[in-house]
Amino acid sequence: MVRMRSSIYILVSAVVLFLALPSSSNAQCKNFAKKICRLELSPYVHDGNYNAAILTEGEDAELFKTFYAGQQYRISVCGSETLNKIEFMVMDVDRKVLYTNAKNNFATSWDFRVENTQQLIILVKVPVTSSKNEELKSGCVAIMFGLKTD
Amino acid sequence: MLKGSKEILLLSAMATMAVLAVSCKCNRESEQMLQVSQEQGVADSALVSSIESVKQIFYSLPSPLETAMILKRSGATYNEELLNPVKNASKYNTTKSMALNLGIYSTDLSYASLFDQTQATIKYMTVSKKMAEGLGILNAIDNSVIEKLEENINNRDVILETISETLLNTNSILEEDDRVAVGSIILVGGWIEGLYIATSLVEDINKVDIEMVDRIIDQKLSLQTVLKLLEQSNSNADVRELYSDMLELEKVYNDVKITVSDVKVIQDGKSKVATLKSKNVTTVSPEVFKKLKTKVIELRKKYTA
Repeated sequence: MVRMRSSIYILVSAVVLFLALPSSSNAQCKNFAKKICRLELSPYVHDGNYNAAILTEGEDAELFKTFYAGQQYRISVCGSETLNKIEFMVMDVDRKVLYTNAKNNFATSWDFRVENTQQLIILVKVPVTSSKNEELKSGCVAIMFGLKTD
Repeated sequence: MLKGSKEILLLSAMATMAVLAVSCKCNRESEQMLQVSQEQGVADSALVSSIESVKQIFYSLPSPLETAMILKRSGATYNEELLNPVKNASKYNTTKSMALNLGIYSTDLSYASLFDQTQATIKYMTVSKKMAEGLGILNAIDNSVIEKLEENINNRDVILETISETLLNTNSILEEDDRVAVGSIILVGGWIEGLYIATSLVEDINKVDIEMVDRIIDQKLSLQTVLKLLEQSNSNADVRELYSDMLELEKVYNDVKITVSDVKVIQDGKSKVATLKSKNVTTVSPEVFKKLKTKVIELRKKYTA
């Protein structure tokens, strides 16, 4: 009877853990974006949008956004400590690479303005740095935009 | 034997959950891939296959704060009569109307703050809080936010930071709660309000600052992002209704022409700020502009009714 109760307890715990895990990861990602990444935009003002996800080594994410003439922007891409470095590229709609931080010492931000309004694509990659025998690492990656005020 | 059966049962249950976890992720990814393939239409296969390998795709619209900054930079003046009166808030009782008007009020709030309209800023933050609470986003805007605005009425930097923080709180809480559809409706509401204020400030396209007209034309590009953003939540009935409205707006924007030349990057070594140079050619006739303005007014009237 005791054994059965403990089995049920383990089963219930496993179900609760299964249901709670994604929400807990999302909460961690939210706090990471708010408390760490947002600060990296200073002195630019964060636009208020939230673009963050849990990525594993070898995975990538893309963001599509229109950037407006006359406005100066800061793109900041930051990853949680578990991930060594994050690569990001800025491309035009034909996927021509306009900037890559891989050629800039894996800088976490890039400041730019557009002469004319442009649709751009931000490609974020998490390179695999773990060795063959190690488990692939996962962590939160946030793409945030800062706006220059007058 | 009984003990063995229980262990098998336990292991089977855990294995089933593991399989479910993996299959949930795969389904989501294939759904995204399907949407991307449909959206791209005639896009070349290399582009499609490149996108298919991407785990997560974000479609980012200008936030209410960015919309207000674009308005100000393009020569907009402040006109409080254009804003959605706060007394209308009591009419919004459905998720869709509260979400749309949280976006609309957030743009009004950002617009007022950029023109140093402190009383209007506090008024619109208070009504945004009411909409957020109605949507169950209880911690996005608390009383300390209103107090912070009141204490810093002459400090625009603090006001902008506070607005930015509340927008981030709202967006991230909705994402965390898996309410992406509501978040998308809020963003589209905010975007429509920016377009409404901009088009309302232009009486005659030949007699106003060309920059304002250019920014209105540029929204044709953001409209594509609006459509893709809404497609991601097309299982939601409210989103489908909004999507259908946006398709009507797209029909009008189809008569607005934008061509973009190759983009070149000029890096300024001194300021460390790069400039992306290109030549855009845009065309809009007074008749098309009038049609666009009428459509935007019609949509905005529908959302604030």
